[in-house]
Amino acid sequence: MKVYLDHNATTPLHPEVKKEMIKAMEMFGNPSSMHDFGREARQSIENSRKTIAEFINAATDEIIFVGSGSEANNTVFNLTACCSSLECSASCNHRKGIITTSIEHPCIIESSKCLAERGMKINYLKVDKYGKIDIEQLTELLKEKPALVSVMIANNEIGTIQDMDTIIKLVHDAGALFHTDAVQAVGKILVDVKAMNIDFLSFSAHKIYGPKGVGALYVRKGVPFCPFIRGGHQEQGRRAGTENTLGIIGMAKAIEMRKLEMAEEAKKLAKLRAHLKKGLLENLADIQINGHPEDCLYSTLNVSFNGVEGEAILLYLDLEGIAVSTGSACSSGSLDPSHVLLATGATPELAHGSIRFSLGRDTSKQEIDYVIEKTTKIINKLRKMSTVYIK
Amino acid sequence: MSDWVYSDIVKKHFMEPQNILDDKEDFQADGKGTVGNVKCGDEMMFAIKVDKEKNILTDCRWKTYGCASAIASTSILSEAVKGMTLDEAFNVSPKDIAQKLGGLPEHKIHCSVLGDKALRAAINDYYTKNNMLSKVKKDKAKIICQCMNVTDHEIEDAVLEGVRSMIELQEHTKLGTVCGQCKEQANELMNTYIKKHFA
Repeated sequence: MKVYLDHNATTPLHPEVKKEMIKAMEMFGNPSSMHDFGREARQSIENSRKTIAEFINAATDEIIFVGSGSEANNTVFNLTACCSSLECSASCNHRKGIITTSIEHPCIIESSKCLAERGMKINYLKVDKYGKIDIEQLTELLKEKPALVSVMIANNEIGTIQDMDTIIKLVHDAGALFHTDAVQAVGKILVDVKAMNIDFLSFSAHKIYGPKGVGALYVRKGVPFCPFIRGGHQEQGRRAGTENTLGIIGMAKAIEMRKLEMAEEAKKLAKLRAHLKKGLLENLADIQINGHPEDCLYSTLNVSFNGVEGEAILLYLDLEGIAVSTGSACSSGSLDPSHVLLATGATPELAHGSIRFSLGRDTSKQEIDYVIEKTTKIINKLRKMSTVYIK
Repeated sequence: MSDWVYSDIVKKHFMEPQNILDDKEDFQADGKGTVGNVKCGDEMMFAIKVDKEKNILTDCRWKTYGCASAIASTSILSEAVKGMTLDEAFNVSPKDIAQKLGGLPEHKIHCSVLGDKALRAAINDYYTKNNMLSKVKKDKAKIICQCMNVTDHEIEDAVLEGVRSMIELQEHTKLGTVCGQCKEQANELMNTYIKKHFA
């Protein structure tokens, strides 16, 4: 049996997306060309932009297509460095500095480190044991008048969803711009950029059954902008490079399918997640469910298994045909456990022994039963050989 | 993770690790050693039985909190050392084990060192318990960088963890960052260890 429970890493193409993309493969015109071939491609891109913009309640000219969620995030961090410079036309009232969180995706953490080396003040918000950011600390740090605050809506490792309304109100009251990495949120929970009052929002296609290599950045009308990739007039001069027509069409189709399937799927997956959680808790002692007990993605279940190392669990599950991921990366040679779990105050042992199960639209009850059975067997086996699990 | 292109032997030992200590069995160890710690992500315990007249390692058991490479390499180590004299067992190198496993990805070598270290600790424990203190092979660490107090062992560990250049070595150990006098010697040592483990 093959069971794929790594949907937060990436998802298979939705069959409808695949059909749509195969159809579109014949279309090769450069969307910037004035002739018929180009106009056809341009039309497809603009139709796609409309579908995608509507889904998050943005205007069409507020959507910029990019190569990935990481590129979208990098673009925002890069422009913040730029608009803090007095000479740049994208000046943010000469505000400087960024506040972000200690549980962001590595593309945010690394961008922050790079900006810090270039002299920008970066503050990282602490989180509580469930992964929720420290609102008091945010309030305090906002007094330093930063240019930007960046907080992800839903965490990729533990699934915790932040209290966005409270956070965004504080940020705007303090006069800063607000960016969110919504890669794990868009297409899973409702995201409305107008109602939520968001300035920048990054999302990507391949986490929601679309193709890899395409994402989008929402930039609210009127906020300062400076391109990350220069040298072309594409995307209103905001992102140079010939558009990925095929990817964009795939992304729009994926979003269209989300509109149709999201609500039903949420109900189904919430049940399956509860079933998995219950099964593991019943079968195994000394395990810990990570993430917020209520405000958590319905498709993400992060579990720490006391006394065993994550990579060993992952590879035993792999041999049984089950695909999951772990926050413990022994492969890098650094043995650093998940920065997210450490930020929640987990002990190194629990952080090293964590497994993320992320469910998707094809996940079935039969599969979850198989996963519960195999995981139980594997954890018991590993605990028997563990130096630290003595029972 | 795509490096899980381990040989069939690694897979076999990972699936069915040999000589794991079962808590229910009454394994009377003559020597026991534990190395690593959970904070760093791996820990290993090795226990040995010794034929005291012939100085031969007759049987062994182990346990670990470690990754797939640590499990597979310690399993094969535990098979290999049975019947060896204590001197022979003490001198088994991580390279020998990696070879027996049909090769490990380079960044995984450090995981396979753990079983080896635990075995040496067990042998030293046996010597200590049996009043053979002269046989105890202390890991005589020599300080290379006087300013930052960095030893040759730390340089070797850094190499096993993937360090390949002076810059990386300095980032890793902070050696040579004050007066800088030790840099030449450290560089030589680093190259010796790279040759020893990875040539």
